Amino acid sequence: MDFATFLIQCLNSLQYGLLLFLVASGLTLIFGIMGVINLAHGSFYMIGAYMAFALAPVVATTFGGGFFAVLLVGTVLAVLLGYVLEWAFFSFLYEREHLQQVLMTYGLILVFEELRSLLVGDDVHGVQPPDILAGTLPLGEMMTYPVYRLFVSGVCLALALGMWFVFTRTRLGMMIRAGSTNREMVQSLGIDIKFLYRVVFAAGVAIAVLAGMVAAPVSSVYPGMGNSVLIICFVVVVIGGIGSIRGALLAALLIGAVDTFGKVLLPQAAGVLVYVLMALILLWKPDGLFKAA
Amino acid sequence: MKLKTLAFAAALAVSSAAQAQSAKLKVGLMLPATGTFAALGTAIENGFRLYVAEQGGKLAGREIEFVKVDDESDPAKATDNVNKLIKRDNVDVLVGTVHSGVAMAMAKVAKDTGTLLFVPNAGADAVTGPMCAPNIFRSSFSNWQPGYAMGEVMAKKGHKNVVTITWKYAAGDESVKGFKEAFEKSGGKVVKELSLPFPNVEFQALLTEIAATKPDAVYTFFAGGGAVKFVKDYAAAGLKKNIPLYGAGFLTDGTLEAQGADADGLLTTLHYADSLNTQRDNSFRLAYAKAYKLQPDVYAVQGYDAAQMLGIGLAAVKGDIGKKAEFAAAIEKAKIDSPRGPFSVSKAHNPVQDIYLRQVSGKENKLVGVASKSLADPARGCRM
Repeated sequence: MDFATFLIQCLNSLQYGLLLFLVASGLTLIFGIMGVINLAHGSFYMIGAYMAFALAPVVATTFGGGFFAVLLVGTVLAVLLGYVLEWAFFSFLYEREHLQQVLMTYGLILVFEELRSLLVGDDVHGVQPPDILAGTLPLGEMMTYPVYRLFVSGVCLALALGMWFVFTRTRLGMMIRAGSTNREMVQSLGIDIKFLYRVVFAAGVAIAVLAGMVAAPVSSVYPGMGNSVLIICFVVVVIGGIGSIRGALLAALLIGAVDTFGKVLLPQAAGVLVYVLMALILLWKPDGLFKAA
Repeated sequence: MKLKTLAFAAALAVSSAAQAQSAKLKVGLMLPATGTFAALGTAIENGFRLYVAEQGGKLAGREIEFVKVDDESDPAKATDNVNKLIKRDNVDVLVGTVHSGVAMAMAKVAKDTGTLLFVPNAGADAVTGPMCAPNIFRSSFSNWQPGYAMGEVMAKKGHKNVVTITWKYAAGDESVKGFKEAFEKSGGKVVKELSLPFPNVEFQALLTEIAATKPDAVYTFFAGGGAVKFVKDYAAAGLKKNIPLYGAGFLTDGTLEAQGADADGLLTTLHYADSLNTQRDNSFRLAYAKAYKLQPDVYAVQGYDAAQMLGIGLAAVKGDIGKKAEFAAAIEKAKIDSPRGPFSVSKAHNPVQDIYLRQVSGKENKLVGVASKSLADPARGCRM
């Protein structure tokens, strides 16, 4: 591997890592802070990708907007979906055992997959990136780099920064963090913890859906796509330390690097390297890299 | 009096129903109805039912009754599902499936119990290799076939150094092996074999490897969502205009709508194409479109031909599937009048068929020519 190729691979690993963070960050919120094992997280990602595909014509005719209008409409719908789901299902789960959470969220996966099959069908679809981001940049003598991938990385960074700011620098973030440590105490201080959690859950769902919409043009849209990201999301959250946004970002970048260079240097073992990394880190730090306080 | 007549009529109805029951031939369809391959399962079933309907709902005088199981493309549940069909539902014939791992489990049970099995898609070489049996037939292809044909095509085009890229699983490995065999026999060289774990779709690192290696061309095997993403990523990485991309036909089958302009001009090999324009194919496509309000694809053809093969065998034994040797002998001798073009089956019961070279143009896999005439799978490891 010459130096130029090495640099391009570094760029690839950075970009993949950021994409992983984007997908996993919603799970950090719901699993890490609210303590609910949400297997349906991958389904929210899948819903987002299908929204990017299915909403585009609807949005174009009613509002006359393009890709960014779809992102906006999709995010609003996702907040509503998250809010309703929390009210109808998840609010009953906080006090229950993890096994019951697993069962219910697994049920949701099946329901969402079947709904997807009924509403949109089982075909594979592609989503075009918006025209202003459709170009490519030359990279080396042979390759080009799509501008849209840079945009995706930008969205990931902005989201990471935004989440970090809300959690550590605002009153809302303080209340959420307090709630994750001691629900009853926060409630007795006069904070409506039920409502707060509903909002956090809706935000987690919205981030997953947004991730799906943003990733749709680079990943294409296909049945079962949610399940394929679910496991890697849990790996990110566990390595990063449950509930830590900083940890999730670092873990995602680490996995991006291991996966990218693993595929090139150790192709026989590429499938297991990420899990070996997880095992090693958990041996070294059983709570993950950064455990939320 | 009135009551007596009524009872008599009822008894008559019951007994004639029982008689019809015993004459019916039970066909167990074990196909994916959910998951990634659901659309393929539907096409296969449609094709199968279309042929049976064309024969008036009967094959060799026996009415056909279908029993369905969703195999979920899950090899872990495969053995249970097959046993359910054989032991609980007492099916006479098994038809399935798409996923190679599930098909292998079906072949294993079929081999042990002697139940007739028609495989309408799964391309695992082993089904008509080490697992071959007198009662197992395939109406589709072996993974080796399109790969081998493409090896000949690319060597003829004058490519010398080629990189291959696929998922690290049976279908990908077998396809690349077939390709390599033909390509290196004709003097070419596979300089690098890239792979990534199934069903990982993060190709960027490997595309960078391809750019650094600078081969004359790339051969690939991907299907479904992975095929869409690979073709789009390959074009977005700027490789399409510098290094020509070739693939087994699944790269561009059922995926063209999603791939859009990025697939234009790609050359692939398969045993079917969108514009064969033979009388047989045109009449099949018309009948299919009329029956299901859908355009047929290669999977529908494979389902249709599985029913044809069953029909040929049944006709030879006059509907008595107990005569297994005569049943098999009839299919082995037959020329199956498929929409893809007539084919016969090899000793190991895999189609000996023309593999077409197709080029993507306007969201269709247009026929370019025959890449390999009457190509037979070598059936390595088959003892029968």
